[in-house]
Amino acid sequence: MKALADILVVQLLGQDPGSWPFTWVVYAAVMLVGGALAMTFVALFAGPVTVVERRVAGRMMSRIGPNRVGPQGVIQWLADGLKCFLKEDLIPDEADHPLFRLAPYLVFAGMFGTFVVLPFGAHLVAADLNVGVLYLFAISSIVVVGILAAGWSSNSKWGLFGAFRAAAQIISYEVPSALSVLTVVLFAGTLSLQGLIREQGGMPWDWFIFRTPFTFAAFFLFFTSALAEGNRTPFDLPEAESELVAGYHTEYSGMRFLFFLFAEWANLWIMSAVAVACFLGGWNIPGVSPATIDASQGLAFWSFQAISFAVFAAKTSVLVFVVIQLRWTLPRLRVDQLLEMCWKYLVPLSFACLLGVLVWAWAVTAGSAVDLAMRLIMTCLGVAALVAYARRVRFNYVADKDNYLKMTGKELWYPPYRLP
Amino acid sequence: MVSTVQAAVGQYFKNISNAVTSTFEGMAVTMSWMFRRPMTIQYPDKIEKPIEETLPDCYRGVLEVDTGICTGCMACQKACPIGCIRIKVGKNAETAERMLERFDIYVARCMFCGLCSEACPTGAIHHTSHFEIANDKLENLLLRYVPANPTPVYKPKKDVEPVTQPRGQAYLAARKHCTHAWRKEERHGDR
Repeated sequence: MKALADILVVQLLGQDPGSWPFTWVVYAAVMLVGGALAMTFVALFAGPVTVVERRVAGRMMSRIGPNRVGPQGVIQWLADGLKCFLKEDLIPDEADHPLFRLAPYLVFAGMFGTFVVLPFGAHLVAADLNVGVLYLFAISSIVVVGILAAGWSSNSKWGLFGAFRAAAQIISYEVPSALSVLTVVLFAGTLSLQGLIREQGGMPWDWFIFRTPFTFAAFFLFFTSALAEGNRTPFDLPEAESELVAGYHTEYSGMRFLFFLFAEWANLWIMSAVAVACFLGGWNIPGVSPATIDASQGLAFWSFQAISFAVFAAKTSVLVFVVIQLRWTLPRLRVDQLLEMCWKYLVPLSFACLLGVLVWAWAVTAGSAVDLAMRLIMTCLGVAALVAYARRVRFNYVADKDNYLKMTGKELWYPPYRLP
Repeated sequence: MVSTVQAAVGQYFKNISNAVTSTFEGMAVTMSWMFRRPMTIQYPDKIEKPIEETLPDCYRGVLEVDTGICTGCMACQKACPIGCIRIKVGKNAETAERMLERFDIYVARCMFCGLCSEACPTGAIHHTSHFEIANDKLENLLLRYVPANPTPVYKPKKDVEPVTQPRGQAYLAARKHCTHAWRKEERHGDR
């Protein structure tokens, strides 16, 4: 934020803020504004994405989804939020009142704290910490404290079971997610998220995911463990509706309940953004190197910021859609399966990836023929996987097409962009 | 010993490949549903034709009486286990003809059992496929099938086919006579 404020002052006013008498006042004001902006961004993401998720869920279940509030239900999230505002803030008699009140804020703080290091664009970042990745994993662990506090203080068996599961799950899955991110940290030689992104490039073969087979695998390992850390299906055991009512937030209502859900939805952006920043090239604009963005001035600088934000948001949105799609694809795992998957599969595999990357980085110099060939092969592999996926989707669609026409007399074709 | 270890290792990698391929296939299936027409209809806003026309003939909706073919035998009133049918048959003072003076069905009480329509010798009382009777005034659910002037009862004649009304028409007419407008009509207008 300070760096961005400096650039703003120099470019707009033509002065060096370092020479001002009360610089810290300016910086404090800029940080407040920046925090408010980030908060607004989170709210404007977490709200509408609930509608998107419900509409996508509807289409995948052959129904339409919410479409009553506003045109096509686009402000359904406002109605839901207002409803939670107006509801009574119930605290069970037997609950541990101070902890019960505190827990949602811990969860929320743990979620929102990650936005300190999460970049939005080339220079749009609150603080480019040199220990960014470490900070990310540390601050997101506060969430589990909040969840455990919520489940414990509710004095309810559902809440307690949910909290136990959350603790076991999130702490277990920290290991493979951290190990798989370490692979790219080894490549870049930095823990700063901006540094990681700068090491990559705009084109797919510059991305870390397509550098080696090990980072390719590490991306999927990271994505899986990020899903589990964010309590997303198929790892939503802490709040498994069919088993635990609502898990750790069973006893919550009104605004406090909303805090939990808000953090959960915002987490969608966080897990996707981290995956994009670490593996998928972040905000890098194809054909424009980070150095060009740094050197640009005035309007060009700010349009580069806007474009890099758009690139980052587009990549993240695709991943968010995949997360949503996974929720409606895979059934929930059992508790023992969940831990087995972590300790028997994800942890050893991420270790193997780490070792593989170590050997690769030691044996192959960057920019050599072997390196370029491997990048090309991995990119082709990624494209081939996408093509195979598209063909498979088409196969599934075509398999039912004629039958549908025969049975209903209507065309089956109904693309996602066509709204009912 | 070696074979069990080999089998376990084989199983381990088989599990991984199973997880990857089944997730891949599952996502291909769910994605294909993004391009398919939803099965559901948007009742009551966007439907291709009135919902009543899509219901089967045997649907037991609101009762209606075709007074043109009612013989005034009161079999339905006797058959009704609840007593939601009120019939009054009088005599015309001049012609000494039996006149249907009143035929009320209190839909709020009706339990749609269909015993009256079974007892009816001519099929004058029968179910329609209308069911949207939710209303903010209870008296709106009192349907008067003889609203104003008494009508002569129907006398079956040999070799003459009785003139019947289309199903549902008498109900819609009776609905108009209610003192309070039906809420649905207030909102959406007549369909």
